[in-house]
Amino acid sequence: MTIEIPAHMHPNRSFQGLILTLHNYWAAYGCVILQPYDMEVGAGTFHPATTLRALGPRLWNAAYVQPSRRPKDGRYGENPNRLQHYYQYQVILKPNPPNLQELYLGSLAAIGVDPLLHDIRFVEDDWESPTLGAWGLGWECWCDGMEVSQFTYFQQVCGIECAPVAGELTYGLERLAMYVQGVDNVYDLNFNGREGADKVTYGDVFLQAEQEYSRHNFEYANTAMLLRHFEDAEAECKALLEAGAPASNDNLPMHKMVFPAYDQCIKASHVFNLLDARGVISVTERQSYILRVRNLAKACGEAFLKTQAGGLAA
Amino acid sequence: MPDLLLELRSEEIPARMQRKAAGDLKKMLTDGLVESGLTYEAAREYWTPRRLTLDIRGLTARSKDIHEDIKGPSTSAPEQAVQGFLRKAGLSSVAEAHVHSDPKKGDFYVAHISKPGRAAEEIIAELVPGIIRNFPWPKSMRWGPASAKPGSLRWVRPLQSILCTFGPETEEPVVVDFEIDGIRSGNVTYGHRFLAPGEIIVRRFDDYVSKLEAAKVVLDADRRKEIILADARNLAFANGLDLVEDEGLLEEVSGLVEWPVVLMGEFEQAFLAIPAEVIRLTIRANQKCFVTRPQGEGEALSNRFILTANIEPKDGGKEIAHGNGKVVRARLSDALYFWTTDQGDLPDLAELETSAKKFELDLKKPLDQRMARLDHLNVTFHAKLGTQGERVERIKELAEELAPTVGADRMLAARAAVLAKADLTTEVVGEFPELQGAMGRKYALLQGEHRSVAAAVEEHYKPQGPSDYVPSDPVSVAVALADKLDTLVGFWAIDEKPTGSKDPYALRRAALGVVRIILENKLKLSLAIAIAASVSSALAVYEQKGEGAESRGVVAMLDARIREYKGTSRLLSEAGLISNLLKGGLAKASAETFGSADQEREFFDGQRLMELTASLSPFIADLLSFFHDRLKVYLRDQGARHDLIDSVITPQSDDLLQIVRRVEALGSFLDTEDGKNLLAGTKRAANILAAEEKKKTAIADTVEPALFRENAEKSLFAAVNQAEKQAGEAIQNEDFSAAMLALSALREPVDSFFEGVLVNDEDLAVRANRLALLTRIRAATGQVADFSKIAG
Repeated sequence: MTIEIPAHMHPNRSFQGLILTLHNYWAAYGCVILQPYDMEVGAGTFHPATTLRALGPRLWNAAYVQPSRRPKDGRYGENPNRLQHYYQYQVILKPNPPNLQELYLGSLAAIGVDPLLHDIRFVEDDWESPTLGAWGLGWECWCDGMEVSQFTYFQQVCGIECAPVAGELTYGLERLAMYVQGVDNVYDLNFNGREGADKVTYGDVFLQAEQEYSRHNFEYANTAMLLRHFEDAEAECKALLEAGAPASNDNLPMHKMVFPAYDQCIKASHVFNLLDARGVISVTERQSYILRVRNLAKACGEAFLKTQAGGLAA
Repeated sequence: MPDLLLELRSEEIPARMQRKAAGDLKKMLTDGLVESGLTYEAAREYWTPRRLTLDIRGLTARSKDIHEDIKGPSTSAPEQAVQGFLRKAGLSSVAEAHVHSDPKKGDFYVAHISKPGRAAEEIIAELVPGIIRNFPWPKSMRWGPASAKPGSLRWVRPLQSILCTFGPETEEPVVVDFEIDGIRSGNVTYGHRFLAPGEIIVRRFDDYVSKLEAAKVVLDADRRKEIILADARNLAFANGLDLVEDEGLLEEVSGLVEWPVVLMGEFEQAFLAIPAEVIRLTIRANQKCFVTRPQGEGEALSNRFILTANIEPKDGGKEIAHGNGKVVRARLSDALYFWTTDQGDLPDLAELETSAKKFELDLKKPLDQRMARLDHLNVTFHAKLGTQGERVERIKELAEELAPTVGADRMLAARAAVLAKADLTTEVVGEFPELQGAMGRKYALLQGEHRSVAAAVEEHYKPQGPSDYVPSDPVSVAVALADKLDTLVGFWAIDEKPTGSKDPYALRRAALGVVRIILENKLKLSLAIAIAASVSSALAVYEQKGEGAESRGVVAMLDARIREYKGTSRLLSEAGLISNLLKGGLAKASAETFGSADQEREFFDGQRLMELTASLSPFIADLLSFFHDRLKVYLRDQGARHDLIDSVITPQSDDLLQIVRRVEALGSFLDTEDGKNLLAGTKRAANILAAEEKKKTAIADTVEPALFRENAEKSLFAAVNQAEKQAGEAIQNEDFSAAMLALSALREPVDSFFEGVLVNDEDLAVRANRLALLTRIRAATGQVADFSKIAG
C-alpha cells in the first residue's frame, strides 16, 4: 500500500510530515500507533507502553511520539539545538525481530535518508536509566556524523530481566528534521510544510513556551511545593500498589492497580527533575532521590507482572 | 593438511572490543583443538565491525587413537570391588575385561580401553558452540524470541550467522555442521551492509577474503588502518596540509568501518582562535575525525579535518563532508563559547568576595574568579578530606614552606598554588577533564601571570608516571611537591592506603612523583620535615578558621590516627615546631616548645635534630617507608643493586638524594679488592658477634687497650678509631667516596686480626674485650651501610 503524500508533507519540507511518515512506516509494519502519554516525562521510555509493556512474555509492538521534558536543558530559547521540551519518536518491539536493524534503516529510507549517499553508522552506546532501573546494549545511530537515533536491546527494566528482550528505537525528531530539512536552528524548522504567509515554524509554535518554561524551571518553580509533591507522589504510589495487591485468598494472584500507581512514579520523577533544575538538590541527595524513584519503578514493574498485560495466565 | 575457516557474523561490535575478542577466539579454539589431540601449523585472527574470523592452517584431520590399560582388582575380589572397577572403566560386564597374571598378586582384571581418534570436524563441531556460549565479552546481551527462556545465548550484540568450512586445499571443503540457539553453521556470509548486501558462498579462506573484498569489505583491520592512514596523509598533502596522527583514533576508526573511504571536511577559520588541543579533542571525542595542520606548522591547526566514511558515496562525498562539517561546527561553537566564557567575568562575582579575600585573589582576573568560585561552591575533594578550597589552602601553605628549600620564590610559589586548581571550574575543563592544568596555564598566561606561575599551574600535576616529564622550574617543583605530599598525608591520615593491586587514589604514582622530582632535580630535602610541614600546613589552615583539632576534615582525621599511634597528639605540636623551624623562627620555636635551656641545647645538636625529625612519630615513619618502597622500585628500574639499596636505607632515611649517593659510593667501593675483603671481614665479625650474642657471652661495653695481648689487636683498634673518625667526618660532609676510602684502611688490620688472633680466648675478660673490638668494626662500617644486608 502506497500512500500518496502531497509535496509539502514530505519530511524534507515539514516537521509534521516527518512524524506522519514514521507513523505510516511503523503502522505498515503492524505497530499499534499510540498517542503521547498525557503526563510530563523525561523521555519516551517512561511511557507505560514502553516501561511496563517491555516486561512479561506477551508480544507488543507499538510506536508513538512522546513530548519529553528535561527542565535542566532549557536555554531560554537562545540555543539553536537545546530545548527543555522536545519530541521523541519511540518504537518498541517485543520480542525484537531478527531484522530490527534493517527495519530501522528502512525507516530512514522512508524519510529520505539514502544510505548510498549518507554515511550511516552504528556506534557503541550502552543505554542506562538509573531512575527506571533499566539498561540495555545497542548503539547511537549516526548519519554523517550526527547522532539521529538511539537503538537499544532492553536487558532489564524496573530491575527485572526482560524475557523476551524488547528492541527500542528512539528518534530525536527535531534533530532528524533539522537534518532532512537542512536547517541549522531548530526554531527555523518548517512545521506545516507551507510557504509564505501560510508557513508555520517550530519557533512559531514553541519559542515563547521555551522562554517561559526556562524561567519557570530555573527561577520560579515553587521548590517547597515540589518537595511536598515528591513526597505525596511517592506515598501515593506505594499506597496504590498496596491497595491493588492480590489478596491471599484470590484464585488468581492478580494486581489491580498498576497503571495508576505507575503514574505517581512518573510524577515523582518529573518533580525530581524540576527540583534538580532549580539547584536545590545537592550531589549527595541526588543519588538518594534517584534511588527512591527507582524503588517505585521496581515495585510497579513487579506488580505489572501480576497482571494480564504482564503475562499472568488467566 | 586441511584448513579451517570460521566466521562469527554479528551486528556491530563496539570498536574497542574487536581486537581482543578476535584474539580470544583464536586462543580458545586453538587451545581446545590441541587439548583434543589435534595439531595445527598456523592460525590468524581477523575482525571487522560485523565479524570475527579465524583462519587455521594445516590442521590434522583426525586425532590419534588412544590405548590405555586400567588395572582392576584381583579376580577373587568381592563383587562390590569388581562392579566399581567396571563402572570406572566403562565396561558393561566382567566378560569385557581381560585377566592378567602377576607372580606376586596373582590374577587380576585389566580393562583394555581404546579410544579411537576422532575426525577434526567432529571435534570442531563440539568445541565451537561451547566457545560461543562462554565467550569472555566485557558485556554481553540476549535478544529475540529465544531470550524469553532462561539460559539463552549471549553475545556482544545479536549473532546473525556462523560460517565454518573445513578441508584440504586439494579438495572441496565441507561445512562443519553444528547449531547453537537456532543458528546453524554454513558456508554463507554477506558483504558490506549497504554497498554489497548480497549472499556470498565461501569455500575456504582464500576465496573468502577475495569475495569479501569484492563485496566492499576489507577483512584485515591492520590493512584498513594502513588505507586510512595513507589516504588521510595523501589527502592532507594534496591540500597543502599535514595529518595530525593519532594511533588511538586510527585504531578506533578502523573498527567502525568495513570499507574505509577518507574524506575532507572543513569549518570556519574563526574557530581556530580556540586552542589547538581543544579543537583536536572536540573533533576526536565527538566526531572521531582527524585534524590537520598547515605543512611545516608545529602547533597551529588548519580548518580542515579528515573523516572516514564507511561507503563510497554516489556524489563523491559532498553530502557526507557537508553533514559532518555541520556537526563539527556545532561542537566547535560550543567549544568556542566555553573558551571565551572562561576568559570573561562570572555572573556571581558579589558572592565570591569572601573566597577572594581568603586567597588574596584579584576578582578582576578571570582565573582568580574561577578559583574563588571553586572555593565558594564547596566542591568536595574527598568526603573525609574536605573541599577543594581547603585543599588549595593547604597546598599554598606547604608550597610556601617548601619554596626556599627548592630555590623558589615564596610569593610566586604561593600564587601558583592558589591558581593551580582554578581551571577545574572552567567550562573547557568541565568538557574535557584531561585538559586540566594545560588550560589553567593558558588562562594564566592570558591574564598576565608570571611565566613560572603559569608553568606551575600545568606542571604541578607532573610527573604522572615513571616516564612522564619531571618539572624543573623551582616554582613548579614547590607546588608539585606540595600537591603530592598533601594528597599522601591526607589519605594516610584517613587510612586509605594502597593495598595490593588497589590504589584508587594513585598514591603510588604520587609518591613516585615526589621521588623523581627530588632525585632528578638533585634536591637536598628532608622528607620527614616535608611531611611534618604538610601536617603542619593542614593545622595552620584549620587554626585560621578558628577550628580546633577536633574539627572535621583532615586535621581531625590526623589527630585520631595519631592518638591511635601514640596515645597522645604530640605530633601536632611537633609538626608545629618543625613548621616554625622551617619558617626560621628558631627563637619562637624554642620559646614555645622548650621548658629549659638544657632541653633546647640538646634539641639543637645537629644530629639530634635529624634523629628527632626522622622519628617524629610512627605516622611519619609509616609514610616514609612507603616512599622507601617507591624509591627501591625506582632505583631497581635504573639498574641499582637491590641489596645495596636495602643496606643503606634505615627507617629514618629521609634524604633520598643521600641514599642514592651512598648506594653509588658503596657500589664502586665493593668493586675494589679492599671493598670485597672488608665486606668479608665485617661479615665475619658480625657472624661471630651474632653467634656469641645468641649464647649470651659477655661482651665488654668498651674496648680496654690494657687487655690487648697481640699486636694485631692493637693495630686494629688504632685503625678502627682512625677509620671511624674519618668516615664519620666524611659522612658529615656527605662525601661518601671519602668515607669508603677511610674504611678501606680497615681491610688490612681486620684481615691480620682474623689471621693472628683467636677471639675465644680462655681468659673471659680478654674474650669480652676482643668481642667489643668486633662490635667496633660493625659500628664503623655501619656508618655507611648495614654490611649484613649485602650479598656476597
